[in-house]
Amino acid sequence: MSSTSIGLDIKGTAMSSAYAIERSTPTSRVAAIMALVLVAGLIAAPWWAGRANLRLLGEIYTFVALSSLWNLLAGYTGLVSVGQQAFVGLGGYTLFGLTIFTGVPPLVAVALAGVIGGAGALLLAPLLFRLQGAYFAIGTWVAAEVFRLSFAQVAALGGGSGTSLPTAIVVSIAADRSLREGLIYWSALALTLVALGFVIALLRSRTGLALTAIRDSEIASESCGINIAWTKILVYVATAAISTMVGALIFLQKLRISPEAAFSVNDWTAFVIFIVVIGGIGTIEGPLVGTLVFFALRETLANLGTTYLLILGAVAIVVMLKAPKGLWGVVADRFGIALVPIRRQVKTR
Amino acid sequence: MPLLEVTALSKHYGALRVTDNVSFTLQSGAALGIIGPNGAGKTTLFNLIAGAIQPNAGRIVFEGADISALPSRERCRRGIGRSFQIPHPFVGMTTYENVLIGASYGRGASERASEGRAIEVLSASGLMRKANVLAGNLTLLERKRLELARALATDPKLLLLDEIAGGLTEPECHELVETIRHIRASGVSIIWIEHVVHALLAIVDRIIVINFGQKIAEGEPHRVMASAEVAEIYMGLDGEAA
Repeated sequence: MSSTSIGLDIKGTAMSSAYAIERSTPTSRVAAIMALVLVAGLIAAPWWAGRANLRLLGEIYTFVALSSLWNLLAGYTGLVSVGQQAFVGLGGYTLFGLTIFTGVPPLVAVALAGVIGGAGALLLAPLLFRLQGAYFAIGTWVAAEVFRLSFAQVAALGGGSGTSLPTAIVVSIAADRSLREGLIYWSALALTLVALGFVIALLRSRTGLALTAIRDSEIASESCGINIAWTKILVYVATAAISTMVGALIFLQKLRISPEAAFSVNDWTAFVIFIVVIGGIGTIEGPLVGTLVFFALRETLANLGTTYLLILGAVAIVVMLKAPKGLWGVVADRFGIALVPIRRQVKTR
Repeated sequence: MPLLEVTALSKHYGALRVTDNVSFTLQSGAALGIIGPNGAGKTTLFNLIAGAIQPNAGRIVFEGADISALPSRERCRRGIGRSFQIPHPFVGMTTYENVLIGASYGRGASERASEGRAIEVLSASGLMRKANVLAGNLTLLERKRLELARALATDPKLLLLDEIAGGLTEPECHELVETIRHIRASGVSIIWIEHVVHALLAIVDRIIVINFGQKIAEGEPHRVMASAEVAEIYMGLDGEAA
């Protein structure tokens, strides 16, 4: 190393020779093209998929979105929430409340749910961020239960037994059933792309770099000028906003809501954690892989009843023991590939 | 106006006084060495100045402003950079990205506006060839250089170096001293905690001796090193410091 011979030109700029910062790799460029082709194919799904498959795809999208967002929270920000059902449920009830009481069009209500979810998270944050680690996890769950019990008191939305979306509102999306289902499907696809795009853009940004820094060393992060608390709250609120929109869309697909379904810790958090853990926590690709595995298991085994849940549990245990970084972690370690490149590469010219 | 003015600074954990009524000043452009036995409270003093912990009493004034209550990120923005005794690289990102964090967050600049500075500091620190290596895969010397580079990237007016020469071979140590000499020559003030005294003496123009949290001596380096207090404290320590 010949560093001593290099003059340290702290203020000057003459030092830096020509360089460029790159991120894409040949693998990632191929992956990007394949992703575009895939998205194009999925946009066209209403023309090639049957009604049941369209429904299944829509459901898969919402789980891709929820698990990618949870992965951003737990895998990158260190915020292990077991209360994301608070926002899914809030989204569902926002959709029903806004459309029934104020006559807002359903798809507009889905967008507005994002604002309400973000505001809700901003109100919860001062309470939850006093808690650390496992206590934070329990706190989020308690908050979700408070939401569930609160919405069960709203008699106009069916109280504890829930309600259906009135036919007039459903028809207002589009009178023709297949067009309506198409619109809901495209909305789910678009929202999932927004969620994925948000996660990827955030991780590639300066804030994503700060998240990695915070994960690696909090004391060094602060001494480099990073505002740890603000960074975490930002991610928490943004994640909550999108999760709430996803929640609204989920119940637009279901057309029926009840407090039990809306704030189900099983459906909106346990399955989501399962997906992220088996796919690979702390990787962008993990939640996608995990969602595919989860739905493959569900579609083939769901008619086994409780045995299906036993198998899910066994799969989770085996993956955690044999591949703690998840299925994608195994692939990425063995072949050293990243479909979505995050790291910056300095190229000198 | 001095760059840094520490007045009657105290920090205690229960009955244990880790920093006990310490006062000193640092003029702009000066280099100050801090020595003392292990556990004397030297790193605690750095943590107090950098804002990683809060004092129980006393004041820290930087460039005329009382910064005692500011969080460490704000002190960094104002121009206090630090390296850690045990390197704290951000292991999940590349060397370049580590330095970019300092250049960007440390100066409150956008990523685009920080790339040039990050590259500049990398090459000045002899780390350019390791730019794309994950920081977790660096050797000890490279990690120490990265500590220095990341702190330097924040464009500090005052650089706090915590035992940065420890564990290095003689030629490595010599290289590092040269780098620090260049940094000082560029106008950065330095406070340096170091057990490798000959490295320290090559740079600093004043030394403070800390023992049991108290400042027990201060003055011109060779005079301080020759004093009875220092000889007594270092009795029983290894030869390089005695």
